[in-house]
Amino acid sequence: MTFNLTLIAIFTVGGFIYSLILPKSWRKWTLFIASLLAVYALQPPLLIRDMDFILPTITIFVAVFVWIATLPRTDNRLRMTIQWRDLFTMAILILLITGLAMTRHLPSEWQLLTASRPPDPFTIFLALLPIALLIILLGGAQINQPRQRLALSFIILIIIGVFIILKTESFAIGLSGWLREQTGRDASLANPLTDLNWLGFSYVAFRLIHVLRDRQTGKLPDVSLRDMLTYIIFFPSLTAGPIDRIERFQEDLSALPDMNGRDPSRIVVGSTRIVIGIFKKFVIADSLALFSLSITNAEQATNAGGMWILLYAYAFRLFFDFSGYTDIAIGIGMLFGVQLPENFNRPYLKNSITAFWQAWHITLSNWVRFYIFSPLTRTMLRWKRKPSSDVIVGIGLVATMVIIGLWHGISLTFLVWGLWHATGLFIHKMWSDRTRKWYNQFKKKQGQLRLWNWAGIFITFHFVVMGWVWFALPDLNTVFSVLGKLAGVGF
Amino acid sequence: MWNWLINPKEPYTWVFFLRVVIKATLLFLLFNLLFAWLRPMDFISRLSLYNTVVVGRERLPYGENSAEAYTLTTDNIPAMFATHEINRAKAPDEYRVLLVGDSATWGFLLPAHQTLAQQLTDKNYLLADGRRVVAYTIAHPVMSLTKDLLLLDEAMRYQPDMVIWLVTLQSFSQNRQIGAPIIQNNPTRVRQLITDYELSLNPNDERFKSIISNMIIGNQRNLADWLRIQLYGFMWGATGIDHVVNEYTLRRNDFDDDVSWENFDAPQTISPDDLAFDVIRAGHQMVGGIPLIVVNEPMFIADGVNSDLHYNNFYPRWVYDEYRGLFTQVARTNDWRYCDLWDAMPRDSFTDSPVHMTPDATGELSRILGEMLTDYLDFGYLGRECD
Repeated sequence: MTFNLTLIAIFTVGGFIYSLILPKSWRKWTLFIASLLAVYALQPPLLIRDMDFILPTITIFVAVFVWIATLPRTDNRLRMTIQWRDLFTMAILILLITGLAMTRHLPSEWQLLTASRPPDPFTIFLALLPIALLIILLGGAQINQPRQRLALSFIILIIIGVFIILKTESFAIGLSGWLREQTGRDASLANPLTDLNWLGFSYVAFRLIHVLRDRQTGKLPDVSLRDMLTYIIFFPSLTAGPIDRIERFQEDLSALPDMNGRDPSRIVVGSTRIVIGIFKKFVIADSLALFSLSITNAEQATNAGGMWILLYAYAFRLFFDFSGYTDIAIGIGMLFGVQLPENFNRPYLKNSITAFWQAWHITLSNWVRFYIFSPLTRTMLRWKRKPSSDVIVGIGLVATMVIIGLWHGISLTFLVWGLWHATGLFIHKMWSDRTRKWYNQFKKKQGQLRLWNWAGIFITFHFVVMGWVWFALPDLNTVFSVLGKLAGVGF
Repeated sequence: MWNWLINPKEPYTWVFFLRVVIKATLLFLLFNLLFAWLRPMDFISRLSLYNTVVVGRERLPYGENSAEAYTLTTDNIPAMFATHEINRAKAPDEYRVLLVGDSATWGFLLPAHQTLAQQLTDKNYLLADGRRVVAYTIAHPVMSLTKDLLLLDEAMRYQPDMVIWLVTLQSFSQNRQIGAPIIQNNPTRVRQLITDYELSLNPNDERFKSIISNMIIGNQRNLADWLRIQLYGFMWGATGIDHVVNEYTLRRNDFDDDVSWENFDAPQTISPDDLAFDVIRAGHQMVGGIPLIVVNEPMFIADGVNSDLHYNNFYPRWVYDEYRGLFTQVARTNDWRYCDLWDAMPRDSFTDSPVHMTPDATGELSRILGEMLTDYLDFGYLGRECD
């Protein structure tokens, strides 16, 4: 289940109650418990038995494991310290999950918090207890800082490995088939969409890697288990981001007990963002979805004009859908006292591809810049036989954009989409470097500058729109067919 | 980007918040009351992107699977016609023929360019006065003469020169006259027809949906359908698809020995009052001086098990024979132009139902109808196929 109007209404009303009525000291726990329950409630039903309960549970325990693995090791003890508050959180966690499983004994119409009938609570309890103990023992093992860095790299590789398996169609089908065999189901019906649709994993994975990398580089602040879990699975941003940073998120959490719950500004701004988000997602985007480009209609289009309309509809649908969800997430976050970062800033009105990527899915772009582009280019700059700055930038951009592409799914079309944008960004970088002086003179002529600006917007928009062809379609044949049709050939 | 919201000229207060909520509620009420007072639904429904931004549809919207057929089933009659290519200026050399009927005439399992109307137009019949025959189907996949009459009533505003009404016995059943949603959801229009043409239907039939409200909230479905059908227009314009032609199960050829039909359990004599001939009479009154030809549409005639009892899975032989006899008699009594084409097509002409035809058979029927209407216009009789 993703955000629907009922859930949004529940979260909004919940936000009002939380702000206006709930005692201040309960706020952090409320966010933690609500996020925990939402992981299960938002998970879509899956065809493999109990999988829609197991996957959210794995999300939570991976987050617990990462928290323990990233606890600071002091030089004098070389051992992390688990505080009583964190053991208490762990106990609450196990009780809540077991409690959720106990809803299996309720009539099916009352099983509202899980996608399907949960597994046996006793089994869940017996499984969680040793897992929790094992995590504590593993995480608590004596380990020095260099080894911790190595261990963290290993965990990052595992997360990336799982990500690759889930995002690569052949691997995902294989895993789905294997799971079906283990559960006595027909493996020939394996379908990752119905068997392994792990809600929010893409975003959770990026947050986990952010935490792990920041511990490696010593930037990670001290954070309690409760706060870490709330950050990883914060319910407004679980399904579609934004990807917040933990140090910023923690600042908001720390401020919660002192937050003025009756601050009208927060309520007005939060509510307005939710209303605008609902309009963007459920009115505009869902309307555009009726005639936006898809694998089916790409083959059915019989004229170039029609093909362009489908493509434009796809471009705007994508924007309104995604930015609508972001507005809703930010609005709900505000009602609960968390100011999630912005993800969009009028991307289709930017006059260069560089400006576009500073305005489209901003938190993902920032993440990739922090953890891919900057470290990679810094490393290359330290090489003895240092390549030229153009080569360094080019390699950095290709790596960055290819990773953004493959984050959406590991396929040739997403790879090409990433390369398409890397090429655009590189060309723009070269162009702007070489025309800066000329452009500065140009700035004095306001009329021409305005025209130049609009031309930039038009070109950038159409560059992005052409890129969506690779993004929207699953195979090269269809992509080339659509590109041909857009040019008026191949009907 | 959000500066206007985050940094207002004056700080937000609870009074401001309440004012917004109250104003929004009042505006919502005001718009609803205005809507109820002005009753603009018909006006809005006739606003359309079709025939301007996108090409008009070749048949009325009907879709069992909107996502694949790029259309939807709506009961908003003005919106349905506003999407149709008939909703455009009539060319001076156009002889406009309306085809009224059920799913067979609508073109079920046929792409839009192979419907009866399109194939009739494609044959480029020219009249003696130089006008070319342009046919439009205003059929809808529901078997009810009252539904046909309802759509014909709306279609009369589009200046037809001739109406060809293709019918089959199912549409005459008294049980089926008010059963369809398109009838039940247009109670005002149907009641008007019942009153104007003294139809033998109960205007207070409980199946008529009561209009909850003339306000926006009472017209949510109509407004949403109107918007969606406009948006699907882009898909129609880009693909020319308005119906999914899937694999189908062939109509039955073998039957059991049950010979009941509708409320008739056993063979018996049927009177004109048992069937909705009054609706056909109303149609004649409605079109006035415009020629109306009623055609008993072709159907599949089985040769399998119990085919001595059944013509097909719609009709036991006894009831269909009664119907044909009655129809001929009533048409003669009322001086209707009637053409009985019930057995005009061979068995392999039919697809999933006894009346749905293949593209080739539809083409053949369009030839028969074309010759029929030209013969009628040139010589005043319906031609040899109707004899």
